[in-house]
Amino acid sequence: MRLGLMVVPVAFFALFFAYPVVAIVGRGLKADGVWRFGRIGAVLSRPDILDVLWFTTWQALASTVLTLVIALPGAYVFARFAFPGKQLLRAVVTVPFVLPTVVVGTAFLALLGRGGFLDELWGVRLDTTVWAILLAHVFFNYAVVVRTVGGLWSQLDPRQEEAARVLGAGRFAAWRRVTLPALAPAVAAAALMVFLFTFTSFGVVQILGGPAYSTLEVEIYRQTAQLLDLPTAAVLTLVQFAAVGGILAVHAWTVRRRETVLKLVDPAQTARPPRGAGQRALLGGVLLTVLLLVVVPLGVLVERSLDTSGGYGFDFYRALQSADANGSTFLVPPLDAIGNSMRYAVVATLIALVIGGLAAAALTRRAGPLVRGFDALLMLPLGVSAVTVGFGFLITLDEPPLDLRTSWILVPLAQALVGVPFVVRSMLPVLRAVDERLREAAAVLGASPLRAWREVDLPLVRRAVLVAAGFAFAVSLGEFGATVFIARPDNPTLPVAVARLLGRSGELNYGQAMALSTILMLVCAVSLLLLERIRTDRSGEF
Amino acid sequence: MNTTTKYAATALAAALGVTVLAGCGGSDDKSSGDTGAGSKTVTLVSHDSFNASDAVLKAFTKETGYKVKVLKSGDAGAALNQEILTKGSPRGDVFFGADNTLLSRALDNGLFTPYEAKGLDRVAADTQLDAEKHRVTPVDTGDVCVNYDKKYFADKKLAPPKSFEDLLKPAYKNLLVTENAATSSPGLGFLLGTVASQGETGYQDYWKKLKNNGVKVVDGWEQAYNEEFSGSAGGKKAKADRPLVVSYASSPPVEVLYADPQPTEAPTGVATGTCFRQIEFAGLLDGAKNEAGGKALLDFLISRQFQEDMPLNMFVNPVVKDAKLPELFTKFGATVDEPATVAPEKIAKNREQWVQSWSSLVVK
Repeated sequence: MRLGLMVVPVAFFALFFAYPVVAIVGRGLKADGVWRFGRIGAVLSRPDILDVLWFTTWQALASTVLTLVIALPGAYVFARFAFPGKQLLRAVVTVPFVLPTVVVGTAFLALLGRGGFLDELWGVRLDTTVWAILLAHVFFNYAVVVRTVGGLWSQLDPRQEEAARVLGAGRFAAWRRVTLPALAPAVAAAALMVFLFTFTSFGVVQILGGPAYSTLEVEIYRQTAQLLDLPTAAVLTLVQFAAVGGILAVHAWTVRRRETVLKLVDPAQTARPPRGAGQRALLGGVLLTVLLLVVVPLGVLVERSLDTSGGYGFDFYRALQSADANGSTFLVPPLDAIGNSMRYAVVATLIALVIGGLAAAALTRRAGPLVRGFDALLMLPLGVSAVTVGFGFLITLDEPPLDLRTSWILVPLAQALVGVPFVVRSMLPVLRAVDERLREAAAVLGASPLRAWREVDLPLVRRAVLVAAGFAFAVSLGEFGATVFIARPDNPTLPVAVARLLGRSGELNYGQAMALSTILMLVCAVSLLLLERIRTDRSGEF
Repeated sequence: MNTTTKYAATALAAALGVTVLAGCGGSDDKSSGDTGAGSKTVTLVSHDSFNASDAVLKAFTKETGYKVKVLKSGDAGAALNQEILTKGSPRGDVFFGADNTLLSRALDNGLFTPYEAKGLDRVAADTQLDAEKHRVTPVDTGDVCVNYDKKYFADKKLAPPKSFEDLLKPAYKNLLVTENAATSSPGLGFLLGTVASQGETGYQDYWKKLKNNGVKVVDGWEQAYNEEFSGSAGGKKAKADRPLVVSYASSPPVEVLYADPQPTEAPTGVATGTCFRQIEFAGLLDGAKNEAGGKALLDFLISRQFQEDMPLNMFVNPVVKDAKLPELFTKFGATVDEPATVAPEKIAKNREQWVQSWSSLVVK
């Protein structure tokens, strides 16, 4: 049964991930049909490559620590406090996650750079320092921590901690011994995701770091797309593989050690209005952080989209409706890109939910090394450069019946590769926390495994499924890397359209890029808000 | 959450799903089964900057019976490299967008089937870099030049720079922003321009001096032009403070075209002594499924109709002598009389090393 569940995800990953990646790496490491592993040593002894490795590692560590420090109070506040506008705010903090980095770079420069917020207030400019990169990573990953950790936190029964308090434990001791162990898998999962994202950071480093800073991912892109130096790219891809594999191994180990069966409750029962000066100050602090870190940069984009030469107005938005105003930058009105993006994102989300859902179901119960290895395998796409996968597609999916190189389906497939890990990561902690005895009881009462899953697991994880769907949807909405390499017959997605508009000079183009980015933000925020609403409704059922 | 919202949400989700299936099904039908031999579709593979008017592409269909399908895949370098990877089993019939900085890479890899396009005699001789074998056909030229913010120099009562040497003057200290030569096409063009004007040994010394004069290097054109350059629409909003940027000779007309209302004078100017000429080529892909259609498309790319449509779509100059430039270009554009050039073979041989020593000199 379990193996049966794994067949589909395994086949999916073998065909659309492992095969293309192995092929492109093989192209780099093979010469005249012979593997040249000597190339690994040669590349890794280059001082410039070592610099890249060192920078990649330390900035990822620093970014992860900084993100956890800044976002964990946020996770607590979102989980435990009820306050007006909470759902909206939770959607807003997720918006950065889906914006194309080229746009985010613009927004962030407005915060940290010349004439920016900090410059006006204190004369501090961070745009050319590594701090810009670190803070932008926090901006991007704030939602990962808030949603992953906060999601579980809101379902932990506060009475357990209260019981510990009644039994004489101090406030901190109670938190450390009751809440923290329960939360640890989610914190570890969030930290792992943040580390992976920052370790493989591409656009942020390119835009805010300038040419002086380069991560492994930037270097792989440069070697593959610009220089076509496949041997070097292959070695760097392997290094990134090894690093990601190492991180995943550590993660698997910590999760196994701390995994416990949790008693989950309805989050509506755990959140309540803040009481006392301390709690109100905490809420205020978190709101201020969100305001400065997320709302202000996003606000800059909105402001610029409305700032026309004749004062504030909607001129740029009107221009988006016609293809003519753009001197045919597009053969279709840029507004059509919204429809394209939505279509791709929905298909990608469905694929990711099916593949990720099956994988999560297969991985639920404690398992041997084979299954755990599969768990890690599912995460690997997050650690592999989009250009590696994109170029891999080119040389593998080129023969019927799989000549998909110019097919629309390749876009959602590539996006789903990135979405699946989110689905698995969001669903697995909850699935594993489901009391095994409930399933056993169902089995004793005569339910088939499928029925038991449907009646026991599914209702309990419905929330997690929706969180997962939200992430998968948002990620594919904003996905740029793979999408830009997959040739499409003139149906650009929103991020691609924004990049094309930014690639041309002139006020109308710049203004339309900002307007389209604002629309992307709104589409994303509305989708996420809708998901929030559905999930609040349904979670009342258990 | 009340029932109405719930139903609204469900209905929206369902509608979305239906739209998706309908939409995708539709696009699938259109793209499948039309790539075989003798087909009526000819596929043009290009970079993201390719554009043509709908009317012109329709005229091609009317004239020849072939429908053009355009595949865009990344910037010029990435698009070409993808063709090299798929050599022998290409995604399309014609590739457009190999410029003179990349040409040798394309030719050395044997990407193209020779074809002498009809009307080649009207194409300027100095653009025909493969005149003997006709593996590629020149389609357009463009100049990478330093642009300046007219208002800045008028306010300061300072004459804008004209040449590479001018950029080293103390009067222009901390004013220039350029792009990373390793990742950006104009960045590489400007570096090659300095190699051409300062010599293969002199350019390093030139860049040392330029660095001392406060040149700023950012990663891409978008950032340099929209975020750092004070003369562009984006730069004004970003309170940019660099009045000199490495961009194109056609950037000033574009600023005029996309301003509302259109100004009587371009806000930016071109330092015509700092230009490097890029020539873009198209070729019939080896292994093309629709060779006849590809040949017709190549003929069309140097037809007067396409060449006259091109300037306002891609902001490049035509290569055929009988094509008239649009008024926007003659009125607001700059004429570059003696652009710097470097032979493609020389670029192919030295590019890597030039870029590397440039990186260690300027970036690190």
